[in-house]
Amino acid sequence: MRTLISPFRSAAARFAMSRAVIIAVLLGTIVGAMLAVASVAAQDAANVITIDNFTFTPPELTVAVGTTVKWVNHDDIPHSVVNKDKVFRSKAALDTDDSFSYTFASAGTFDYFCGLHPHMVGKIIVK
Amino acid sequence: MVKKRVEDRGPGLGRREVLECMVWAGTGVLWTVSGGVPHSVGLIGDALAAEPTGFTFLQMSDSHIGFDKAANPDALGTLREAVAIVKAMPVKPSFIIHTGDITHLSKPAEFDDAEKVFGETGVQIHYVPGEHDIIDEDRGKAYLERYGKGAKGAGWYSFDDRGIHFIGLVNVVDLKGGGLGNLGAEQLAWLEADLKDRSNSTPIVVFAHIPLQVLYKEWGWGTEDGTQALALLKRFGSVTVLNGHIHQLAQKVEGNMTFHTALSTAFPQPAPGTAPSPGPMKVPADKLRSYLGLSSITMVQGNKPLAIVDNTLAG
Repeated sequence: MRTLISPFRSAAARFAMSRAVIIAVLLGTIVGAMLAVASVAAQDAANVITIDNFTFTPPELTVAVGTTVKWVNHDDIPHSVVNKDKVFRSKAALDTDDSFSYTFASAGTFDYFCGLHPHMVGKIIVK
Repeated sequence: MVKKRVEDRGPGLGRREVLECMVWAGTGVLWTVSGGVPHSVGLIGDALAAEPTGFTFLQMSDSHIGFDKAANPDALGTLREAVAIVKAMPVKPSFIIHTGDITHLSKPAEFDDAEKVFGETGVQIHYVPGEHDIIDEDRGKAYLERYGKGAKGAGWYSFDDRGIHFIGLVNVVDLKGGGLGNLGAEQLAWLEADLKDRSNSTPIVVFAHIPLQVLYKEWGWGTEDGTQALALLKRFGSVTVLNGHIHQLAQKVEGNMTFHTALSTAFPQPAPGTAPSPGPMKVPADKLRSYLGLSSITMVQGNKPLAIVDNTLAG
């Protein structure tokens, strides 16, 4: 009897345990995902440059190495994002509500402007 | 913002002079500027009747085919209206000069639509690109494939008609951060060579998208190295500079040079400094056509300068 029950129990125990592990893993994944989403959202809010009225806002942004910066055009007129030293460049025209993202892999100061309206300028400082 | 504008205007004497010479869209529906040439202020036909010996050409600009935002949801429709005016002219112009921004986003369909409607005029058209015409993936390839035959570099060229030397320049390519429109060293060298053997008495008409003179630096309305081009043109007895880009009428006479900017056929833009940006200006729908239009230019042979009559779509 024992020999019969024992493996059963141990199997049940193993099952219970593995279920706990699965739940823990699942929970961990969900919490992790939630944290990840929260951190991405926080990063986006802080590192988004909007284009309104032919102006980059904020005109100067300081970020850490590895940060992705996103530009969003809200104007009725297309704009572009061109780095002075040709390190990054959006497609030739970001139409209304189009965006461009770039991840800064190294430190430095990156001056950029609109390739269509070069009086529009901005700066990213990567530390 | 307001404070900044006031400060900007304070020391800007040069610019104020320029501003005083400008006629803003909406302040006059139809106007004429002529040096000694009698003109009726009214229909293009009247102007032609007054000067039957002159040869005429038309300037059209900033069609922005593909633009569909609130300032004008139907840019192709208003171009059709402009073309209908051309078709109805009693004396057809010899040709049309288009000072750029044919399309809004350089899309093939936009170029196709523009070509189809402009083709209805039955008149030859000489184009120069605006910054909106070179934003295809290959940055200008689409424009050059259609309009660049016989042109140099990014699309500049010259031709002669009835003793007048016409020069189409490109100042929307390879723009520098913080700067204005740009002609570049290669184009300036070409211009110098192009003008070299011409006599001072050759009437010159220069056309480009962005104004060659600086009209309003804060909005990028000018050409960084435009003064170098103008210096090469200074010795000529009659120089007419036709530009687009600013979607409103502006005119200035400086010595032997006449500067003129044309209305757009698509949407108006605000007068310098009167809005937060030079973006499309929304006007009441029933007023829009009085802000859009084309220019008829009569060249009078001899020493008289040319006459420019601007006509709005509202007539």
